[in-house]
Amino acid sequence: MYNSIVLIILVLPFLASLTIPFISHGQRDRSTGVMITTATLGLILTLSLFPAINDGAILRQAFTWAPAFGLEFVLRLDGLSWLFLLLICGIGVLVAIYASYYMPREYPLVRFFAFLLVFMGSMLGLVLSGNVIQLVFFWELTSLLSFLLIGFWYQGESARDAARTALTVTAAGGLALLAGVMMLGHIVGSYDLDAILAAGRQIQDHPLYLPALLCVLTGVFTKSAQFPFHFWLPQAMSAPTPVSAYLHSATLVKAGVFLLLRFWPVLAGSSAWFWLVGGIGMLSLLVGGWGAYTQRDLKALLAYSTISHLGLITMLAGLGSRLGAVAAIFHIVNHATFKASLFMAAGAVDHETGTRDLDRLSGLRHVMPVTATLAIISSAAMAGVPMLNGFLSKEMFFAVTLNSNRSLITDVAGVFLAIIAAGLSVAYSVRLVGDTFFGPVHTDYPRKPQEPSGWMRFPIGLLALICFAVGMFPALVIGDILHAAVTAVLGDQLPVYDLQLWHGWNTPLLMSILAFALGCGLYLWSHWRIWRRGYQKAPIEWISAKQIFERLLLFVTNTLPAWQGRIFPSRRLQTQLLIIMLVAMGLALGSAVGLHLPRAWHTPIDPIFAFMWVLGGICAIGAASQAKFHRMMALALTGGVGLIICISFIWLSAPDLAMTQLLVETVTTVLILLGLRWLPPRIRTTRKATRRARYRRRRDIVIALLVGTGMAVLAYTVMQHPVSNSVSQFYLEQALPSAGGHNVVNVILVDFRALDTLGEISVLVIVALSVLALLRRFRPAPESIGMTSQQQYFQQVQKTRLARAGKVPDYLAIPSLIIMLMTPMFVLFGIHLFLRGHDLPGGGFAAGITLTMALIVLYMARGARWVEARLRIDPVRWIAAGLLIAIATGLSAFLSGRPFLTSYNDQLYLPLLGRIPINSALFFDLGIFAVVIGASSLILVVLAHQTLRRPAKRAQSAPSREGK
Amino acid sequence: MELILSLAIGILGGSGVWLLLRPRTFQVIIGLTLISYAINLFIFSIGGLRTGADPILEKGLTDISHYADPLPQALVLTAIVIGFATTALFLVVALASRGQADNDHVDGEDGPA
Repeated sequence: MYNSIVLIILVLPFLASLTIPFISHGQRDRSTGVMITTATLGLILTLSLFPAINDGAILRQAFTWAPAFGLEFVLRLDGLSWLFLLLICGIGVLVAIYASYYMPREYPLVRFFAFLLVFMGSMLGLVLSGNVIQLVFFWELTSLLSFLLIGFWYQGESARDAARTALTVTAAGGLALLAGVMMLGHIVGSYDLDAILAAGRQIQDHPLYLPALLCVLTGVFTKSAQFPFHFWLPQAMSAPTPVSAYLHSATLVKAGVFLLLRFWPVLAGSSAWFWLVGGIGMLSLLVGGWGAYTQRDLKALLAYSTISHLGLITMLAGLGSRLGAVAAIFHIVNHATFKASLFMAAGAVDHETGTRDLDRLSGLRHVMPVTATLAIISSAAMAGVPMLNGFLSKEMFFAVTLNSNRSLITDVAGVFLAIIAAGLSVAYSVRLVGDTFFGPVHTDYPRKPQEPSGWMRFPIGLLALICFAVGMFPALVIGDILHAAVTAVLGDQLPVYDLQLWHGWNTPLLMSILAFALGCGLYLWSHWRIWRRGYQKAPIEWISAKQIFERLLLFVTNTLPAWQGRIFPSRRLQTQLLIIMLVAMGLALGSAVGLHLPRAWHTPIDPIFAFMWVLGGICAIGAASQAKFHRMMALALTGGVGLIICISFIWLSAPDLAMTQLLVETVTTVLILLGLRWLPPRIRTTRKATRRARYRRRRDIVIALLVGTGMAVLAYTVMQHPVSNSVSQFYLEQALPSAGGHNVVNVILVDFRALDTLGEISVLVIVALSVLALLRRFRPAPESIGMTSQQQYFQQVQKTRLARAGKVPDYLAIPSLIIMLMTPMFVLFGIHLFLRGHDLPGGGFAAGITLTMALIVLYMARGARWVEARLRIDPVRWIAAGLLIAIATGLSAFLSGRPFLTSYNDQLYLPLLGRIPINSALFFDLGIFAVVIGASSLILVVLAHQTLRRPAKRAQSAPSREGK
Repeated sequence: MELILSLAIGILGGSGVWLLLRPRTFQVIIGLTLISYAINLFIFSIGGLRTGADPILEKGLTDISHYADPLPQALVLTAIVIGFATTALFLVVALASRGQADNDHVDGEDGPA
């Protein structure tokens, strides 16, 4: 029972996110409802699971994933992952409530919540992974969703930059992590988490331990924004505040430290671990603390303080002591509660005043007293004030540094650094509260501030209450949960830790007092400095990892290619193609050495076939010679070649190919015709070609002749060796019995090799969308914008007396009438082709292109405006529907426990029609059909639409960014 | 038949290569079309040329030597569709380049033709 609950928790957010696209943009509340319901359900289910893992038990279930590689999809729940489930779902609920009040009214929340749900799902998948490869998969998924959410307001350049930086850093870290876990898997001989966790000694003694550790730590440090990869996190503050509260304080950045603790039993304990993890953690703790103290932006302050607190957690895990691990886990929870609450409070301040600048904000406690009180409680927790949760984990931290017993120098340094770090934490907490809520009341805000709505304060308040409850009654509130999580990491050998508010007068308390004095002193000192010398730029720019990163990026994407361009012989396409041709020729000649023609294997020559290809040859050479000055003629001649190929296919027993060739040929010709108009006119001049040009042409003719001869010889040789014994035999034998189709070609495409076809239609989709994107900003040149001569003539005719008397018909009246009458026939024929595809020549491709032709002919006859006023075609939806149908058909095979895209037959009984064989391949073909219609009509329609555009405005200096 | 078809492939390929080396975008597009014709025919011919073979399975007729080889046909069918997509993409890239560079040279610069 528990196992199925775990599965439900994981699947729920993904399913919920699938329902969201069906909610229209206006219905804000409904998408909010889906989000809140999902997160709440997840939370309830999570809570119900606690008894199952309370006593150190592990829930585990495995599904076959890729048996050939020995991979299983394993869901594994122990105390640590349960704790994370609680954080993800619990804070998820609060963030959802908060977001629905925070996000501006005019923004549709549909996309936002869809992303947030998928993020939630992938985060859950990450912590539930019982297989390390699967873990990396979800890890990268969270990076991707973080990219989408940081860039949610993609209109802003800073958001786009931040999203790109975050993705580059975290996804690169994910790749390093993949390498790391593969090394671990190699050492242990299994990718199963339990197997790896059981092999601690074996891993640490292995020579690959250090490289594996380095790779895993790179992943951890990038994700948890540890120095020197910390720079993406402050940038990521361009995300909407709910995202910052959820991803960048409570969950996503915690994934890194989660992994650190997950692998703690096997990787920790070595001195490499101590110095790397402990050192980086300490550095991040200090860098983050100082960074936070010197920020002017409220959210940036919180971001740096997050870096600092994550550094603390990392360091605690890095010390390698058992108490350190306990403190790390405890602080993960505490930090998540107070930081999420602070982010939301900062968002509320931003929402109400319109600014996050600490220098402009002041005295808000008079204006929004409730928010101020809650924020003060959370900040106090962050600073480590007694009676709040931050105090307890800080005391534990001090106790750990006091008991590290490594060597005298590190011990003493550790204690002092700990006091400094805690002092910084106090300083920026005081600054946050002091600058925002205290001081004189300001009124010069972009908006007139007031107390935010009750539902927006609710999550902040609840989290602040948790801070207080944990701080007052730690053993009661969090004792069991912490115990379960700690047991999951440390096993039975738990260290002695004492969860209570008052430990008596001891050294940690003394250190706390010192830290408070230090923090308050720092705050007062800098205020005194500002009062004396005025505001100065903070000396934070001493190391700008961000700048180094940007330089590096610039080097890789700009300097390096430029250098490559210099060492390559030429940047001209012609030269490059020439080199490719020559190399290909050389290789072909080289491989042809020693080849001899065996016995002649002939089918008799048919003179008509020969004559047809004489025409074909003339067409090809004609097209080649006319393509420069007579484009239309060259196009027609190319079409001629295509038709002859089509006839050849029929001749050589390939009706399917002939049909596809004919249809594609037609569509391609229309396509190029549509494009022809926008190319500059090229008129043959009498000017004699230069000597250089003549030389080039002669050289190219020689190369073309050589390549042509080579291809002919090659083709002839190949045809002398017809492949016997190929896999076709299998297809021919199995098509009818196992796939139930008579048309073997179609069966291969939609059944035997359906995965290839899925790839192919994806290529089509990518091309269609690229075409859309490329033409969005296209502006026709002014000289090709005018009407064609035929249209001009028609316009003149319309001005005559006859026209005024109503005697002149519409433009292209008779053809358009015929075409309109033909359109249903086209559609019918397309459906006919589709339905018979499995048994007779036809199928999804042919049918899709037929329908596209119906459409494009209609466009040609009546013009874009007429068609679109009457017919709502949404090619992008067709594409999406098609892809979804194809993938869903493939996935449906899982229902019967078979691999992706396995097809199956069934019988369907319908009244009147009787028994109808149903093959899942038919649905796959339906997907192909829809994708082909969508993609090809999208390409054609977008191109046809260019006639409706205004010409490029050359005079304007800034290019217009608007699309259609 | 083999001879004719291989000559055809040669002519198509040669014309295509000639156009590929020309400086104007339209020439390159037509050149690529011709080359893809040649390659399609070439792939198709790998299975051996059959006239009058049956492409569709019939009930009861289990002798597979009776039928045309379906594998090259499936390959070429895919190639034709992908060829359409790439032609479309090239055409649009050519148009976009013409819009930006104000000429239809493959390198976007009207040097010596």
